[in-house]
Amino acid sequence: MAAIFSPRANVIAAVAMLGAMGAVAGLCLWWFAWPRSDYARHVGWVIQQPVPFSHQHHVAGLGIDCRFCHSSVERSAQASLPPTYTCMTCHSQIWTNAAVLAPVRDSLMANRPIVWVRVTDIPDYVYFNHSIHVSKGVGCASCHGDVARMPLTFKAKTLTMQFCLDCHRNPGPNLRPLAHVYDTDWRPDHATPSPAELMRAYHIGGRNLTECSICHR
Amino acid sequence: MTPRPAIVFGLAAVLLVAGCDDMTRQKKQNPYASRATAPGDVPAGVVQYGETSAPVPPVTMALLERGRTEYHVFCAPCHAETGDGHGMIVQRGFPAPPRLASDGPQRIYDVITDGRGVMYGFAQRIAPDDRWAVVAYVHALRISQHMMLSDLTPEQQATR
Repeated sequence: MAAIFSPRANVIAAVAMLGAMGAVAGLCLWWFAWPRSDYARHVGWVIQQPVPFSHQHHVAGLGIDCRFCHSSVERSAQASLPPTYTCMTCHSQIWTNAAVLAPVRDSLMANRPIVWVRVTDIPDYVYFNHSIHVSKGVGCASCHGDVARMPLTFKAKTLTMQFCLDCHRNPGPNLRPLAHVYDTDWRPDHATPSPAELMRAYHIGGRNLTECSICHR
Repeated sequence: MTPRPAIVFGLAAVLLVAGCDDMTRQKKQNPYASRATAPGDVPAGVVQYGETSAPVPPVTMALLERGRTEYHVFCAPCHAETGDGHGMIVQRGFPAPPRLASDGPQRIYDVITDGRGVMYGFAQRIAPDDRWAVVAYVHALRISQHMMLSDLTPEQQATR
């Protein structure tokens, strides 16, 4: 009786087993790495908005401060998106016939807010508060990146829990003097107080900033 | 043969973990879901439209500093940092405002609140206290433009 398996079967079996192991390992790696990729987290994705608003033009070009539009950032948990009225503060007089601004004029005429698309959407169980961060010297750019250089707005940082915790464990390096909180391209220089001095000045460090209840209720 | 307790526990643990769901889907109370549970209509610190303002705060250095910040954010785009009315938005075609007028504090406060001419009101963006801070700063800005170096005390001259 002839042999059931030829000598080649040894090689085929070995390759098949190695391939199966490789596939399993690859799937595990993919399962682990894919949700952590910038692509899956939408970092750097430009989002289609009803009006192609350019922060680069308004902030870097015209020198308008963040708070002109995001005016509740110092007093409220939400930085807030500006109402149409805020856009019309200037656009009632300039670029009044620009086609690109038609949705703004329609919104004013119909008394219906423009529906902007969220660029940064953290889960509802995270109680992020803007006012405490800006009043303790965390600059806008620490989480939002250099928005003044974005012709169209995109998410510049992952803003995952890991991202939050990295700073909550050691806030010092991300603090800046209050005068520079709204500078999007500020860099520390020789005159900047050290992280430890800033921590003291802002009275940070008395409470453990990694307590669950700091961000979750 | 009866199963060993460790195996039973292990299986139970696996079954329990399998019941876990993504944390993003969880029940959450939404106070705005019904009128009965929603917070008050008017948040604290908000004055009604058309109402004459918060009481006038005493003028302190801190108030002036606050006024400078708010002026820089909300006024300077048109009125310019110097108050001469040639801000960046005016350079881009917005009708030029007059130089900061010699109006009284209440009048400036009212203009910030309700606007004037082509200037929109800032009631929604500048809190009542901060409007007074801007009023104080505008006053200081006006005075500063007619000051001579010799008007300052020697200490002030040293810090310029």
